[in-house]
Amino acid sequence: MEIDNKKYPPGSYPDLPPPPGTIGVIGWLKNNLFSSINNSLLTIISIYLVYLLVDGAINWFVLDAVFDANDKPSCRKIGDGACWAVITRRVDQFIYGFYPHLERWRVDLTFVMLFIAAAPLLYPELVLRKYLLWFSGIYPFIAFILIKGGFFGLELIDTNLFGGAMLTLIIGVTSIACSLPLGIVLALGRQSNLRLVKVLSVCFIEFMRGVPLITLLFVASTMLNYFLPPGTNFNLLVRVIIMMTFFSAAYIAEVIRGGIQAIPKGQYEAADAIGLTYWQTTRFITLPQALKISIPGIVNTFIGLYKDTTLVVIIGLLDPLGIGRAALADTKWNGLSTETYLFVALIFFISCFAMSRYSLWLEKKLSTDHK
Amino acid sequence: MAQKKENKVIEINAMHKWFGTFHVLKNINLEVLQGERIVICGPSGSGKSTLIRCINRLEAHQKGDIVVNGIELSGDLKNLEAIRSDVGMVFQSFNLFPHLSVLENCTLAPIWVRGMPKKDAESLAMEYLTRVKIPEQSSKFPGQLSGGQQQRVAIARALCMKPQIMLFDEPTSALDPEMIKEVLDTMIELADTGMTMLVVTHEMGFAKKVADRVIFMDEGEIIEQNTPKVFFTKPKNERTKLFLSQILNH
Repeated sequence: MEIDNKKYPPGSYPDLPPPPGTIGVIGWLKNNLFSSINNSLLTIISIYLVYLLVDGAINWFVLDAVFDANDKPSCRKIGDGACWAVITRRVDQFIYGFYPHLERWRVDLTFVMLFIAAAPLLYPELVLRKYLLWFSGIYPFIAFILIKGGFFGLELIDTNLFGGAMLTLIIGVTSIACSLPLGIVLALGRQSNLRLVKVLSVCFIEFMRGVPLITLLFVASTMLNYFLPPGTNFNLLVRVIIMMTFFSAAYIAEVIRGGIQAIPKGQYEAADAIGLTYWQTTRFITLPQALKISIPGIVNTFIGLYKDTTLVVIIGLLDPLGIGRAALADTKWNGLSTETYLFVALIFFISCFAMSRYSLWLEKKLSTDHK
Repeated sequence: MAQKKENKVIEINAMHKWFGTFHVLKNINLEVLQGERIVICGPSGSGKSTLIRCINRLEAHQKGDIVVNGIELSGDLKNLEAIRSDVGMVFQSFNLFPHLSVLENCTLAPIWVRGMPKKDAESLAMEYLTRVKIPEQSSKFPGQLSGGQQQRVAIARALCMKPQIMLFDEPTSALDPEMIKEVLDTMIELADTGMTMLVVTHEMGFAKKVADRVIFMDEGEIIEQNTPKVFFTKPKNERTKLFLSQILNH
């Protein structure tokens, strides 16, 4: 499309569409995949390699896979793909651990209610949010009563029986929910002008960050007994959750401190100048901005925490990884570690990927720069 | 021109301030009457911004006293917020809250400092946003506005607290030339309402038009002060002459 320059007097040149083939799918293909002969060759070779890989994977994962069998040898007789029977035969253990069969509806109910309780916290524009937030507030108590029992005629279940994905969720969700507020308090404490508050926050943060989580878990499982008065029975699961919370709160605190320090000094001056108090400034100016900046770091820490829950295997709690290892120790399934660990990985990937997508969504939603 | 009452809203007596060991303000004596419009000018680093920041105690002075609205500013002041809320401030870099909409920027302090119901605060904010001529932007975020618009929002935000005194710290220095005028026009309109104003600026046109008094500062001292007419035509001090020749004939 040639347009004669002379046709238009200065200042009246029209907006023209870009030349064809430079935008859209065709333009993208041309620019990125087939920009030269060499690149076109590479593209074709790559497509072939991807095809080989995907084809093999589909065969192993699905087409040649065995989904039910009594043991590994019979698996191998049926097909030469993956032997998912090791999972399907124990899928309830992977989910509930050793929670009594007849009481598992309590876990299911708690799990469903988790979404109802989390929704108003995660989606600020939800309908009826005000009322649902009340539910979020009492949810921890409902969840405790339902899962642990001992009230309203519900059978009391020993936490030793907790396991599988349910245990991961209990430890992960509780620690995440507790470590964010604690981390905020620590971050503010570290920035405080009050000397004692500052020193205490710094000591806590530096100690927690300075030791490996695994040692904290060992402390939780063994050493705390020495410090507590004899005869105190302090539940191991609770101790683990407290340690996990402290550990990630220290990281969260540092992430949020980074966010606080990224806020320009002018924001505080403006807040001072219109007469806001320290707490009003913190609530309306500092935290909303600091938390927004820190979202990627906070979610990063949460994902790390969630995956670190697998460490509880070492102190004898049976999370999905523990269940998987128990399955592998069974002579019937010996040697199916690929299938088992892939499945455990999948369980964690679902949760972590969801967290990651949520954080991207939230970042976009809170962005006020170019709306 | 609004009627001027003869009561002093700001009294500064033999005030000194140091940044570390650097003596940034030296023996400042200044009285401001209600409704008076004062322009403070001087080379950069002369302490003019620091002076007006001392008036709402964004900076603390170490010697002498500052009395604002009859209350002396000192270290053991309990209700500093109350005093600050009577003194509005407009900054060079606007300092709007980027995570809040224009309207929320304006209603935050009236609601939480003044305890105003949200609805009243919003209609008050809209009134001032109309006065600075951007009511249609009220639901946008600061980042979506031009510099001049942001500064006008900042002025509206300060006015929503119904302050007795307005401080302007180089309000047009961060703006493109074409936006300086819209902000200055807003300030001139504000001056016409009889607001007490202290303005640190290099806009000498504004000083000539609006100021009751022009103060020239250099190296932490008030060198000279006079009505704009005398100040610009017959400056007494050599340093004032040099400064004026530099900024008027470029």
